[in-house]
Amino acid sequence: MLDKKVALVTGASRGIGASVAKKLANNGNFVIVNYNGSKERAERVVDEIKAAGGGAAAVQCDVSDFEACGAFITELIKTYGRLDILVNNAGITKDGLLMKMSESDFDAVINTNLKGAFNTIRHASRQFLKQRSGRIINISSVSGLLGNAGQANYAASKAGVIGLTRSVARELASRQITVNAVAPGFVGTEMIEAMTDSAKESMTGMIPFGRIGEPEEIAETVAFLASDGARYITGQVIAVDGGMSIGC
Amino acid sequence: MLEKLQEIIAEQLGIEAAEVKAESNFKDDLNADSLDLFEMIMAMEEEFGVEIPSDDLDQIATVQDVMDYLKNKGVEE
Ligand SMILES: NC(=O)c1ccc[n+]([C@@H]2O[C@H](COP(=O)([O-])OP(=O)(O)OC[C@H]3O[C@@H](n4cnc5c(N)ncnc54)[C@H](OP(=O)(O)O)[C@@H]3O)[C@@H](O)[C@H]2O)c1
Repeated sequence: MLDKKVALVTGASRGIGASVAKKLANNGNFVIVNYNGSKERAERVVDEIKAAGGGAAAVQCDVSDFEACGAFITELIKTYGRLDILVNNAGITKDGLLMKMSESDFDAVINTNLKGAFNTIRHASRQFLKQRSGRIINISSVSGLLGNAGQANYAASKAGVIGLTRSVARELASRQITVNAVAPGFVGTEMIEAMTDSAKESMTGMIPFGRIGEPEEIAETVAFLASDGARYITGQVIAVDGGMSIGC
Repeated sequence: MLEKLQEIIAEQLGIEAAEVKAESNFKDDLNADSLDLFEMIMAMEEEFGVEIPSDDLDQIATVQDVMDYLKNKGVEE
């Protein structure tokens, strides 16, 4: 049994997840750096955390696979004896206009982004109940709040994450387990690099701050929600988006 | 077995062990909410060294149901 708190961050091999993992480790948590395909990059994140004096381990699991999540989380709890923080960050995009969107592109995005969050929460909540404590932070998106042309699948998955967050927050509130969502705006990661230049330009025009966000700016909010200072906050969606969703 | 169960249930629900009877229905008689039920089941798993999958919770409404379930799983009296 570790004396540190144990945090699981899904999709932490790069982008926002890697930032969240480093921030949580920096705050004194032992971090499980989950990845799906990018083993080396996940190991690099672990090395960086260790070099900075923190504790971490990289573990592969495809979050869209219910059974695999069960095995992964059971093993994790057996190894470390506890689980305190769960950050559902793993996510993919398969953008395209609805008229041309394939069924498989719709399913893939829902299965990773929405069902993936269900899968980990479903298997982790037993341990949270046992400990009578726990923090669940789900990464949604401004697209889930506003909708976004070309992202019907993605926006649906991210709006779904908000419904999941609010429902589970109500179910677990009597045990002081908090469940919140963070909705990033546009953040400088590979997910954004995949966009065309003109798409990026029109996107920046939509941001009151006039610039895209940094992964660290999302990680700060996640770390706050995972901290003791946020113990009375549950079922909320916090947008970190340079003002994109003001008033929504 | 009943005695041990009474102890676990009483502790979980903050009531007297004597209030817990074999025929007690968790929800109707003992005022347990569904999370209480989950937590009691986890405590029983630890006490009796068996695994009770969440899907099997549907079969459990009364204390007697728990005793039957545990016996089925090979737990001795
Ligand atoms: N970037 C943005 O502008 C933005 C805006 C709003 C919301 N978000 C959300 O923030 C989260 C992180 O985004 P990002 O920009 O950091 O993305 P990213 O750079 O593309 O990284 C995605 C991460 O998710 C992991 N992943 C993908 N599918 C997975 C699966 N099935 N199982 C486990 N891990 C999986 C990837 O791991 P592998 O490389 O190992 O496959 C990778 O670590 C996502 O939920 C995204 O929707 C991002």
